[in-house]
Amino acid sequence: MLKRFLWAVIGLLFMSSFAHAGDGIDKLISDAVAPFVYPIVGTVFYSVPIFGVSFPLIVGWLVIAAVVCTVYFGFIQFRGFKHAIELVRGDYFEPKDAGEVTPFQALATALSGTVGLGNIAGVGVAVYLGGPGATFWMIVAGLLGMATKFTECTLGVHYRNEYKDGTVSGGPMYYLSKGLSDSGKATLGKFLAIFFSICCLGGSLGGGNMFQANQSFVQISGIIPFFEGKGWLFGLIMAILVGIVIIGGIKSIARVTEKIVPGMAILYVGSALIIILMNIGSVPEAVGAIINGAFAPTAVAGGAIGALIQGFKRAAFSNEAGVGSASIAHSAVQTKHPVTEGYVALLEPFIDTVVICTMTSLVITITGSWVPDDGVTGIALTSKAFEASFSGFGYLLAIAAVLFAFSTMISWSYYGLKAWTYMFGEGQAKEIAYKIIFCLFVILGSSMSLGPVIDFSDAMVFAMAVINITGLYLLLPKVKALLTDYHKRLASGEIKKTK
Amino acid sequence: MSDKYLVGFDGSEQSRRAVDYASDRAKKSGANLHLVLVVEWSPYSFHTPEELNERHRRREQELERANTVVQPVTDGLNKAGVNATCEVRHGNAGELLCEIAGKEGATQIIIGRTGDSALAQRLLGGLAITLAQVAPVPVTIVP
Repeated sequence: MLKRFLWAVIGLLFMSSFAHAGDGIDKLISDAVAPFVYPIVGTVFYSVPIFGVSFPLIVGWLVIAAVVCTVYFGFIQFRGFKHAIELVRGDYFEPKDAGEVTPFQALATALSGTVGLGNIAGVGVAVYLGGPGATFWMIVAGLLGMATKFTECTLGVHYRNEYKDGTVSGGPMYYLSKGLSDSGKATLGKFLAIFFSICCLGGSLGGGNMFQANQSFVQISGIIPFFEGKGWLFGLIMAILVGIVIIGGIKSIARVTEKIVPGMAILYVGSALIIILMNIGSVPEAVGAIINGAFAPTAVAGGAIGALIQGFKRAAFSNEAGVGSASIAHSAVQTKHPVTEGYVALLEPFIDTVVICTMTSLVITITGSWVPDDGVTGIALTSKAFEASFSGFGYLLAIAAVLFAFSTMISWSYYGLKAWTYMFGEGQAKEIAYKIIFCLFVILGSSMSLGPVIDFSDAMVFAMAVINITGLYLLLPKVKALLTDYHKRLASGEIKKTK
Repeated sequence: MSDKYLVGFDGSEQSRRAVDYASDRAKKSGANLHLVLVVEWSPYSFHTPEELNERHRRREQELERANTVVQPVTDGLNKAGVNATCEVRHGNAGELLCEIAGKEGATQIIIGRTGDSALAQRLLGGLAITLAQVAPVPVTIVP
């Protein structure tokens, strides 16, 4: 244990000195990978111009899937909302299962993987480019995404593998291979599962790691001048912290972030609420601006369509509905009926997008911080809006961003690990190998300005959605059957409240 | 029907004293003892995905370890002529002791004092304070 930890530290030190060797290496790697990477990035994020705004088809793919799931399951996100709350509250939790993973815990863990920079920075970008109206479409996309999450998490639990030692493995790779094999498409299922695993691995090292490390470094170097130009040092510290949690198995750090991250989320939403209350007089005006902006905006490129595209895009990037990542985290829950976890999971886009993202954009709109084309966008815009009411809030925001990034990295390291073990088999040595690679990428992410690599890694996350949603379409009837069966049992009184 | 005393047990020195005290009482009154070991657990805590994955196995291990602590003591009591049973549960000690007291029809709850300072107890909410406020039956705290 100590030995493997030492090796990891030596590896990290070696990596950081390598990364520190200079900008020359940055450029060298960037130039070397660019010819391979850009065609792939270009394919995943292939965009078509609509009314002068470029619209990535992948966003359309995610939104169409969300609409299909919504209609197919008869607006389950509205009809099942109350039931979802009851499940999370533990109304149906068997007392004899005390000590197992509760629906609340599965939801909280999955949320800590999605609540992150997207809620702070992404919304800033959406409002900057799409105007206040983008908020409206973001909420619409969040509400629709709830049905996608329902579908993928139900499947994740239904097709999970339960091992003798008491651990479980679930997620798209399992429902793609097992689910499609049930309907006689074993080869297709296997192919999709492997393809998904490759993308998930890429996504875990990229969007779930390098991108997060890179963005938190930008935040920290902005408030602590000491770190300026020392990305490798920041990366090394982050990598050691991540390594302590995932390799060292030392849960204390994770436990600290577990406590701080929800606290931060509550603080963030609380501050936003206070700002809204302080400006309660401007609320009708802001709501008016959002509704107006959604349908007839001025000063926004592409008009209403521009607002819609920005809103949809940021919602999809933030709540990851359709990507399939959350179903890996939800698979660990203790339940006899997979549908219950689907219900619980549908709250995820609601909290992430409909509540937290909306708070951010309301604050931006209400404080009048949005100035078209003034160049203040992303996290800077969010920061400016909060600073308008509380000076010094920028620091808090930067810390929140880093903590959110950290918890996102911990979650994604696990998603990547599950993809890795799906491909290469379980085993301690193999798992350690992956975890060391993961830590090395933390340093790479924060020390290099590897534009193309980061673009590529982001592309991998959305490549997951291409495969996952293909599988979801094929497995929709299965979910319908599970849902019908569950409601039959609920109606007959076989499943009843335990408190 | 004879009385039943519920004894909170966690293997600590204090809880052993509570068992000794309860067994003395039981010998005199002919009451039955029911030892309860509570593994602290909250349905609303936060975990990393890896911890969730291992949860089921950990729970089995926790139950097994708890049993190896409480079972020998129960066997010892039975050998000494006191009718004793035991159970291991996950949850909040205060809530569970009250719930089990109701379910088992216990007439008394006996626990050891934790020995934390008054401040720590106020801040962290000691078991004794919780029981003093919500227990459905008389509570004895053994120093």
